[in-house]
Amino acid sequence: MQVEITVNGQQRSDDVEPRLLLVHYLREVCGLRAANVGCDTTSCGACTVLMKGPGEVGGGTSVKSCTVLTVQAAGQQVTTAEGLAANGELHPVQAAFRQEHGLQCGFCTPGMVMAAVGLLAENPHPTEAEVREGLEGNFCRCTGYHNIVRAVLAAADGAAASGTAGGERAEVSA
Amino acid sequence: MSILGTRVLRTEDPRFLTSGGVYTEDVVDERLAGAGHVFFVRSPVAHARIAGIDVSAALSAPGVVAAFTAADVADLAPIKPGPMFNQEMSRPILAADKVRFVGDPVALVVTEQAYQGEDAVELVDVDYDLLPAVIDLADAAADKVLVYEEAGTNVTANFGDSSALDGHLFDDCEVVTTRTILNQRVAPAPMETRAAAAAWDSDGRLTAWIPNQGAQGTKSGLARLLGVPAEQVRVITPDVGGAFGAKFGADPEHALVAWVARRLGRPARWTETRYENLIAMTHGRAQQQTVTIGGRRDGTVLAYRLEIVQDAGAHVRIGAMLPFLTILMAPGPYQIPRAEAIAKSVVTTTTPMGAYRGAGRPEATAAIERAMDLFAAEIGMDPAEVRRRNLLPKFTEPHRTKFGALYDTGDYAAGLDKVLAAAGYDELRREQAERRARGDTVALGIGLASYVEITGMGDGEESPPQENATVEVHPDGTATILTGTSPHGQGHATAWAMLASEELGIPVDKITLKWGDTDLIPEGGGTGGSRSLQHGGAAVQQASQELIEIARERAASELEANPADLRFDVERSAFEVAGDPDASVPLAHLAEEERLVVRTVFTAPGATFPFGSHVAVVEVDTETGKVVLRRMVTVDDAGFVLNPLLAEGQRHGGIAQGAAQAFVEEVVYDGDGNPLTASFADYPFLSATEVPSFELADMQTLTTYNPLGVKGIGEAGSIGATPAVQNAVIDALAYLGVRHIDMPASPQRVWQALRSAGGVRAIGVWGVPRGHCGPPG
Repeated sequence: MQVEITVNGQQRSDDVEPRLLLVHYLREVCGLRAANVGCDTTSCGACTVLMKGPGEVGGGTSVKSCTVLTVQAAGQQVTTAEGLAANGELHPVQAAFRQEHGLQCGFCTPGMVMAAVGLLAENPHPTEAEVREGLEGNFCRCTGYHNIVRAVLAAADGAAASGTAGGERAEVSA
Repeated sequence: MSILGTRVLRTEDPRFLTSGGVYTEDVVDERLAGAGHVFFVRSPVAHARIAGIDVSAALSAPGVVAAFTAADVADLAPIKPGPMFNQEMSRPILAADKVRFVGDPVALVVTEQAYQGEDAVELVDVDYDLLPAVIDLADAAADKVLVYEEAGTNVTANFGDSSALDGHLFDDCEVVTTRTILNQRVAPAPMETRAAAAAWDSDGRLTAWIPNQGAQGTKSGLARLLGVPAEQVRVITPDVGGAFGAKFGADPEHALVAWVARRLGRPARWTETRYENLIAMTHGRAQQQTVTIGGRRDGTVLAYRLEIVQDAGAHVRIGAMLPFLTILMAPGPYQIPRAEAIAKSVVTTTTPMGAYRGAGRPEATAAIERAMDLFAAEIGMDPAEVRRRNLLPKFTEPHRTKFGALYDTGDYAAGLDKVLAAAGYDELRREQAERRARGDTVALGIGLASYVEITGMGDGEESPPQENATVEVHPDGTATILTGTSPHGQGHATAWAMLASEELGIPVDKITLKWGDTDLIPEGGGTGGSRSLQHGGAAVQQASQELIEIARERAASELEANPADLRFDVERSAFEVAGDPDASVPLAHLAEEERLVVRTVFTAPGATFPFGSHVAVVEVDTETGKVVLRRMVTVDDAGFVLNPLLAEGQRHGGIAQGAAQAFVEEVVYDGDGNPLTASFADYPFLSATEVPSFELADMQTLTTYNPLGVKGIGEAGSIGATPAVQNAVIDALAYLGVRHIDMPASPQRVWQALRSAGGVRAIGVWGVPRGHCGPPG
């Protein structure tokens, strides 16, 4: 089946099997491998991306791309972690994750960041409890969620500085 | 100003956040072009003889290149257990005569495309003659049904013997209490499952991409399984999406992927599904423990006995050996005059057991901490007070325990006092009393755990632990470090760069770390057992210092000065003649004519012993059994903190996993050996809603075993958190007569415990406690 999908702002037209999952389309056909497959039961969220239909406002809704068929995404705009940064500068949520040490092995991170972007789009000033509930569908084994929550709250506060090459000191936080 | 001890952001992050990590499944390499996809056919039953395997239907399915069974891989030697285990418990790399657990690999198919393999495995027809499953540990230990008939028993190893137990151990105790408790089976479940990609070159040399915790160990494991000389194997470590102890060495599946590539003359790759991961990656913990503790009513513990039955699972792997560490750390941070511990490891028809964050030490702490609370309840004393009375006093010289462990430095009472103050312990007890007095149906529980653990073990005192590092400064002012460690989230690229930067004056973002390629770094101990900083980091520091001394000689000749008159200015990364800043030469310049590189090996005197205390605060709904973890307050003292950002991250992750075991996670089998928690929809993997933000207190009791004064922090959080949370749940319900609840404290178990204790009946219709409840606390 021929499908037209806009991925990270680029319009694409591809011939895909009807059963091809969106996550595999993004990874294998588009070569965008930041989204990962972490489970078989739509439980873990490592595959989370943003999807937006024509006429929809905002950046899109977070979806688990392992549970979306590529053909379902026809005519939609999909944004992955690779498409978040603009002009070489980290998106505020990405910058906050860096500032707060919200990632360790990185496997859950692209999905977690996209879920956070989606969460903040719906709820720009969440409480800690709302962040935790909003990320209930995104599993992390490394961080214990503590710094992920801090990162999302920091991004909501707009307090994150944009990231640079690395090695600089974090502000000592209270 | 020193960079050591500061919160340096990770240099790894920009890549992970934008293009994402490159995990094994993501690897795109010309050597893997045209790779076939490997899929395993796994036993759906726990115990059976294989009557026959028919791959013909699979072979005619679309895209299937090949299908192999045990008969095809008969050239690969059977896998034998380690020398200390029953040697009759060896098994072939693919199940041949029988299967021994749900998930046991029986066959494999190779397809052109991934989706085709998922379909093809369903078409492999295996004829099973069912045998009774061996699940219950007591039945397994009684040898009713043998997992390995040739072995004549299900006991794979004994650690000590009940005949060696002292029948008079508790004679002088005023109070003795005993209980059999369960340290339940859990799944490590890293977010990245296992995987492998393999390609052989025309010289017969294998390149294998495998997520692992030590490429050198994976290489030798792979060579052994394949029956090839080690020099013929190269292991490359892509980014690894978590491991937690379960990605050491080489698994049968890794070797089979390599075997397929050689057999078919084309590359091969495999990515484990989550279902496979939850049933075929090694599991953790699974000890049945009988604790007996006795002492005086004044709170002095006089004697402690720990008897362990370790469920080894169906194959004898690392898990079968872990009771050795549990026994070593049995007495924990306490000065108990008489203590003994024995164990046996027993095979069952379940997933084989491996290492999981803490690997044997969480089990020891969970046992002694439960025992301490049982003793406290027996004598009616506050559990903090009981601990305080029995902790080993502060020591700065190594202290040898009766179990043979040589604790390096410790100040356990200070850790306990610090965490109690940070938690507001007295205030919490007051709140608990108030809730009980007004008959609140939501009970408040405060749980404690004090622990000491062993990190950076070598192979015993005869073979002290060590690690190598190579540091090179380039003429362009950058530097490269080669390490024998194997980071998978811990941030070594940043931390080792900090250590080198401190000595060389080169900025952290100009220093690159390499690891995990056995052609580049032939030797290394990998990352596990919380060893990396105290061995690998110390080696980086040492190599950097040695490099400066070599550079000094070059600088002296360059500046025509005496080396002793030269001063290395770290701020400028340059040598200068003392008192004459204009007579200077940059460090990088000294690399122009000849490479400026040092390889060194750091050797530690022995293992170090971080310690700490945790306070968990829970609320337990006595009507539904639901447990909410409100607060986790911890002291985790692992000596000097090199980078607080990274150290806190390790503590958070460990605490979460430890807490998860206490009240959320468990692997469940039914009586026939069917795994009931074989997907993330069933396995209660910890989510963000089940833990609070953690409260970490800082304490640094340095070790004398390395110049940095560091011990290992990676596993400490998971060791303290489990018993703290378990004790908190029981503490919440103690006033209703509950003395113990096995982990995880699910609503079902809590509710059951309340029924058994009679607490539910004692509450009454109007929510007012009545009947036989004792005084609070």
